[in-house]
Amino acid sequence: MSLKRTGVIRKAAAKPRGGVAVAHHKNTADMPAERLPAPPTVILPMQQHIGAPCEPVVKVGDTVGLGQLIADSERPVSAPIHASVSGKVTAIGETPLPNGVISPSITIESDGEMRLFEGIAPPKIETKEDFIKAVRDSGLVGLGGAGFPAHIKLNTPPGKEVDTLIVNVAECEPFITVDYRECLDNSWDVLSGICTIREFLGIKNVIIAIEDNKPLAVEELKKLAANSCNAKQNIQVTVLKSRYPQGAEKVIIHAVTGRKVPPGKLPADAGCLVMNVASVAFVARYLKSGKPLTSRSLTVDGSAIAEPKNVRVPIGTDIGYIIEHCGGFKTDPYKLLMGGPMMGLALIGPNIPLLKQNNAILAFSANDRRTKTERPCIRCGRCVKACPMLLTPFAIARFARTDNFEKLEPLGATACMECGCCAYACPSGIPLVQYMRLAKSMHSEQEAKK
Amino acid sequence: MTFDKKLTVSASPHLRNGVTTTGIMLDVIIALFPASAAAVILFGYRTLAVMAVTIASALLSEYITVKILKKPGTLSDLSAVVTGLILALNLPASIPLWMAAIGSVVAIVVVKQFFGGLGQNYVNPALMGRIVLFVSFPAAMSKWTNALAQGGVEAVTTATPLALLKDLGAGTSVSELTAAGSLPGLWQMFCGVRPGSMGEVCIAALLFGGLYLLVRKVISPAIPFAYIGTVALIMLIAGKGDLNFLAYEIMGGGLILGAFFMATDYATSPANTKGRIIFGIGCGIITSVIRLFANMPEGVSFSILLMNILVPHIERITAVKPFGTLKEPKKKKGEAK
Repeated sequence: MSLKRTGVIRKAAAKPRGGVAVAHHKNTADMPAERLPAPPTVILPMQQHIGAPCEPVVKVGDTVGLGQLIADSERPVSAPIHASVSGKVTAIGETPLPNGVISPSITIESDGEMRLFEGIAPPKIETKEDFIKAVRDSGLVGLGGAGFPAHIKLNTPPGKEVDTLIVNVAECEPFITVDYRECLDNSWDVLSGICTIREFLGIKNVIIAIEDNKPLAVEELKKLAANSCNAKQNIQVTVLKSRYPQGAEKVIIHAVTGRKVPPGKLPADAGCLVMNVASVAFVARYLKSGKPLTSRSLTVDGSAIAEPKNVRVPIGTDIGYIIEHCGGFKTDPYKLLMGGPMMGLALIGPNIPLLKQNNAILAFSANDRRTKTERPCIRCGRCVKACPMLLTPFAIARFARTDNFEKLEPLGATACMECGCCAYACPSGIPLVQYMRLAKSMHSEQEAKK
Repeated sequence: MTFDKKLTVSASPHLRNGVTTTGIMLDVIIALFPASAAAVILFGYRTLAVMAVTIASALLSEYITVKILKKPGTLSDLSAVVTGLILALNLPASIPLWMAAIGSVVAIVVVKQFFGGLGQNYVNPALMGRIVLFVSFPAAMSKWTNALAQGGVEAVTTATPLALLKDLGAGTSVSELTAAGSLPGLWQMFCGVRPGSMGEVCIAALLFGGLYLLVRKVISPAIPFAYIGTVALIMLIAGKGDLNFLAYEIMGGGLILGAFFMATDYATSPANTKGRIIFGIGCGIITSVIRLFANMPEGVSFSILLMNILVPHIERITAVKPFGTLKEPKKKKGEAK
């Protein structure tokens, strides 16, 4: 309550509609990211972002330096990929991604030196176009999990005006603490990133949105906001009630500005730009050093991990290698996740490379198995109450199952962001998210027919 | 790439909360416990026999039907127990046991399983069971024993408070009836010392159970509040502001039992709040109209039944648009399409 009286918060953070209360399990909150020794090899998939995959620009046998461009694409929605270790390209082959898709990939054997590529220099930026190009060259994608190329996000489409930058520190997924650590450990990078983005994009308001379960970070960010660029252009820190999925783009925009993004529209339509705090801090670091996105912090946690901690590792590191450096498995894991427990992907094994957007590796022992026997829907309405997008999941599931597109269409399943609240809350253990995905694929099939 | 056979690969979310269908049904049974206990105290041990018969016949008929229809067994979800118990609480204590069993069989077999089982029935099974008994055996179903009557349930048969109010002629007022001793006092109404169905009389126990359901978030307050509120409003107007009359109307009959335990049945009520409010108001209006103008003293069962049938339509008109959907601009008159 005392937070609200300081006057920094424009709006009392009301409890958002929908969502569910999940246990936070922020076990690694006190652990700054620990830099792991460089792995012997890295595998860099060509698809580490939403959009077109990259094409390799190096050959097998090439020697590459840390941060050297190794793959790029001509297509607009894409992000270049850089060598995350120095060494030799040993293979250009294929590798499975966490979601099961097989992607072309480049394997680099490390020489153990982490020698920086000679061509790296801070980018020269004078205009907005320079800035956007620099962000593209950095290979940045949304570090919060979605992996959307940052330069596309920053480049406001013509005819739309963005007046508010929302720095997303909600981190509403259980277990994950990397964004929280970013605020505490690299707070000046966060501030510098905010100021840069604001300057080049001409954004008026900056709101840092954070959940109230991170009081230390709130304090740090407020200090930061008080010291910010100048008094007129203040940075506002909005403390939100902890509630999953507070960090979802549309939900957080509504929570801090009261604006609603219509289905199928982008945040820019509501005049907002939402960026994950780690992405903002990375922009600042990149402009200073010119070193592209080659490593990232992530949380390694869960009941099957011997020593849960936050680590900083090169992109493309084998997940098994990361887990080994966290003490390995304490017990046999029954589930291995990339990402948080609500939206993360279950992996088929530990030999998968780390991608740019992966913010956590979680491993759970069988004791943490959370399943319910699937029973018929009793229409209790808990999924309706939980859905932050105001959908009716039980009805969508029913018509998706019976392949009734006519009835399904008006229910607007495409607005679903698969946050998992409906399935979490369902007392009958119905896999509602899978039905939502089925419904969405039915929508796109019909779309294709037109 | 090795495939680790020990790992479970499933779609997100990987967490589930602790609420289960069986847990919800158990909560309803717990919430009905005070009213059931009150029934035993007020009407004697025969009520236990009635409850045992309805629950047992509900379970048995469910077991046999799912076996014949070759459907997965649903006995463990306790929903049949809830149906049986609610049906028992809606019956007079003096009901012959075989009739009670018929009510259960109708509720489970015809209303629930024939329409697809748990969650698919379009009217409340217990309610339908009661109505079938009511129209088939009107005499036995209107044989009301006074609570705490000496000489067992067969002894005295009296009119319910609502029936007395129904016959309220011009010139007599509620307070006169109370003074004459034919109407139980308000406090007696609240505690259940009056004629009526086994489970509907003890308002204190029902409110206790209803509160439990609200606290456990098994039911949302929308339906009971809208329902009781609407009846209260109409009765306040109908009684020309007579608060005594209002109190008897609220506590009399099965209003509290119906509003908290039967109108809130998930399968037969709307799943969104707006729809639930409309549903509750509809129940309240029909109940009041039956009580005031129809040839029956009581209207809770029929009003919920009628509104049950309207649920798909209520849901259609109250369908919520996805988050942020823009309101369609109203077409001006004469505008070319």
